[in-house]
Amino acid sequence: MSKKLLSGPYLLWMIGFTIIPLALIVFYGLTDKEGVFTLENILAIATPEHRKALWLSLGLSLVSTVFCLVLAYPLAMILRKRNIGKGSFVVFIFILPMWMNFLLRTLAWQTLLEKNGVINGILSFLHLPAQSLINTPGAIILGMVYNFLPFMVLPIYNVLCKIDDNTINAAQDLGANFFQTLIRIWFPLSVPGIISGITMVFVPALTTFVISNLLGGSKILLIGNVIEQEFTRGSNWNLGSGLSLVLMIFILISMALIAKYDKNGEGTAF
Amino acid sequence: MKKHCFALSLAVVLGAASILGGCSGKAGAQSEEAGELYVYNWGEYIDEEVIAMFEEETGIKVIYDMFETNEEMYPVIEAGGVTYDAVCPSDYMIQKMMENNLLAELNFDNIPNVSEIDPEYIERSKAFDPDNKYSVPYCWGTVGILYNTSMVAPEDIPTKWSDLWDEKFSGEILMQDSVRDAFMVALKSLGYSMNSTDEAQLTEAKELLVQQKPLVQAYVIDQVRDKMIGGEAAIGVIYSGEMLYIQEEVENLGLDYNLEYVIPEEGTNVWIDSWVIPANAKNKENAEKWIDFLCRPEIAKMNFEYITYPTPNKGAFELLDEELQNNKAVFPDLDSLENCEVFQFLGDEVDTIYNNLWKEVKSN
Amino acid sequence: MKRTKDSLKRVVENFYLVIILIFLYAPIATMAVLSFNNSKSRTQWGGFTLKWYLEMFESSATIDALTNTLFIAFASSLIATVIGTAAAIAINSMKKTTKTIIMGITNIPMLNADIVTGISLMLAFIAFGISLGFQTILIAHITFNIPYVILSVMPKLKQTSKSTYEAALDLGASPLYAFFKVVFPDILPGVLSGFLLAFTMSLDDFIITHFTRGAGINTLSTLIYSEVRRGIKPSMYALSSIIFVTVLVLLIITNFAPNHKKGGEMI
Repeated sequence: MSKKLLSGPYLLWMIGFTIIPLALIVFYGLTDKEGVFTLENILAIATPEHRKALWLSLGLSLVSTVFCLVLAYPLAMILRKRNIGKGSFVVFIFILPMWMNFLLRTLAWQTLLEKNGVINGILSFLHLPAQSLINTPGAIILGMVYNFLPFMVLPIYNVLCKIDDNTINAAQDLGANFFQTLIRIWFPLSVPGIISGITMVFVPALTTFVISNLLGGSKILLIGNVIEQEFTRGSNWNLGSGLSLVLMIFILISMALIAKYDKNGEGTAF
Repeated sequence: MKKHCFALSLAVVLGAASILGGCSGKAGAQSEEAGELYVYNWGEYIDEEVIAMFEEETGIKVIYDMFETNEEMYPVIEAGGVTYDAVCPSDYMIQKMMENNLLAELNFDNIPNVSEIDPEYIERSKAFDPDNKYSVPYCWGTVGILYNTSMVAPEDIPTKWSDLWDEKFSGEILMQDSVRDAFMVALKSLGYSMNSTDEAQLTEAKELLVQQKPLVQAYVIDQVRDKMIGGEAAIGVIYSGEMLYIQEEVENLGLDYNLEYVIPEEGTNVWIDSWVIPANAKNKENAEKWIDFLCRPEIAKMNFEYITYPTPNKGAFELLDEELQNNKAVFPDLDSLENCEVFQFLGDEVDTIYNNLWKEVKSN
Repeated sequence: MKRTKDSLKRVVENFYLVIILIFLYAPIATMAVLSFNNSKSRTQWGGFTLKWYLEMFESSATIDALTNTLFIAFASSLIATVIGTAAAIAINSMKKTTKTIIMGITNIPMLNADIVTGISLMLAFIAFGISLGFQTILIAHITFNIPYVILSVMPKLKQTSKSTYEAALDLGASPLYAFFKVVFPDILPGVLSGFLLAFTMSLDDFIITHFTRGAGINTLSTLIYSEVRRGIKPSMYALSSIIFVTVLVLLIITNFAPNHKKGGEMI
């Protein structure tokens, strides 16, 4: 009996700082400035500018997630192979950038991509024409992939490490070629890792406003930017909350899809 | 597991350091009797030495914070999540705060140095603070176009706002990332008032801004200065008053180009940033001491030399070299500025229209 | 034939590793080089200098932000560990339905977008009349840290057997004594890893801090954000290089420390 009391502080904390705050968002999202019930803030997602921002966010974060997956999977496979008997120093080298401050990592790309930045400096040294790299959707995708790649590598790597070598050897002994092993053995066994990697990349990418601010020159409006600006500039908290609710629905849908594939709850980075 | 050990050592080292640092930091911050002062100001809008001098003289601990745009400052004050004691918004925002009952009347008995402010600016302040009850002018200036002499051919030198739509400058234009400034540029180039509330005019201005967007390199605020000095862009919309700093910096860096400031012929925005005290301020008297301190001629001069925006402080102006006093780039003749206007607060509804149109521009 | 194929495969793999390494490290290396550049330009080398490092250490804003970051990370993860461990023990002894509900709530801050968590907390602080500042950042960090602790401790709790604890009670140990003697040693690795995870999450957070910070308080993340929006200063490069080197050195020490069990498991 007394054991249950131990959860008291936690439950109070969660009610005070998770449930009530979320309830406030719901309240703000469903009312107007006078506190009268309205669905306007939710439906506002359908206005052209919000719809565009949402589609753009979905598009950019999907592309980034795919890039991350495509880059991370072979990397995790190679790392798994190299790690055996070697200690995991190599792995750490690949995870190390994750320890750097997120904003500094984005700042680094700003330095590289700007018009008078390092990349254009190198191009002009090679007598090649300068490119406009920054403030484009490409720059934002690059920033997302760079920042979130470790979040894809880690869970996939962890899952791959659990695969028994014998399973793979057995498949190969039975005559499966590389691609057959990949599709029949590697992928199915690593689904939990892939799923959790996708979540860890997709959700922050979908909702970011920092990367688009720093690498998009404020020219590219993502849904995260719209929400942030409603709170910090537009001063329309009701609209901001309404759009946040819509965003949460999108996240819930993707979580539900993921839960469907990740029944065992194995896929975790931690 | 290894990440654990690594993190553990990191945590232990950093934790120990932070406890030590935290304790000494907290211990040093005692100044109970004189109290505190929460100041909310624009970025790089004060000589930090001045804050230290004020703290030393009065014993008041200044908690200093910065905002980037008027629009960003307003919800913070309105929400009251943090209560500031002295804030430095621009004209139209002061009017908005005043009309929404967010400001406290100043007690001018505590601000005797207000007499140092040139009466002309007190008079001009009436545009947004009709009875001069709420604000004390701090800086003023215009908005114009800054261009890079090596990137802009002599025949292309911008003279009017509509030059910001010149295809030649594609990818070389820096626009202001704040609603009113951006719309001011578009409205003025169309020949309308920058305080327009006519929806047809505003929609026309929006269309124009949408047209311009592909040519714009980035929408920025404080970064204009450094980006222009770094040669990132050929032309940019900038607040006057950065010129002294820019010219010095160009010289220091030994750059092979120069940056020149133009006030477009369609007219521009003449703005005044003034100190106000929010209605929910907890340390009103300290805030008045602060404002009084900033009005002292020698302090205003220090600030002017640091931030290089024209000062409305007559006492400080008289302390300057004659050469500087006559530098029209720094102190433009107010009378010579044709078609210039001061921003006005247009009411919350019109504000919403502006915000929505601006969002349309940005999402396009 | 097989051999050449294998070595070819190895070359391709190495090539891939190198490409990814370049992608990951080129930006960091660039910042490190620029932090020693006397000229503010990013394309011209103006000679070697340490002035940006001096400037960084002389800036009280940076030092304050660093202290705040470390202090908040340490305090929030410590408090979260205590609350979270206690909660995990309680949750573990609950009935299945209650457990599912509470674990669902636990997952909210982890699954939710940071921006929504940050905004919701800001709304709550303003509604509760808690003045935004140091305390609100701390509360926010504790809030998003607790779930990491619970999720680290729970698996370890599941592995401990109830009978040892009950045996201790039967033999006359007080519940508290029995807990610290029997259960705690078993879950200690989970508690530690929860603490560390919380610590690192707190260190790296920007978005939630951005919405819950108040006047005159910055963590490194919020400081860098406002600096970057004002224009990049080379002292930021210096800061970044110092953080990187610190992390690298600690990594090498822990990795090559003697008497360390090797393991491939991450975090």
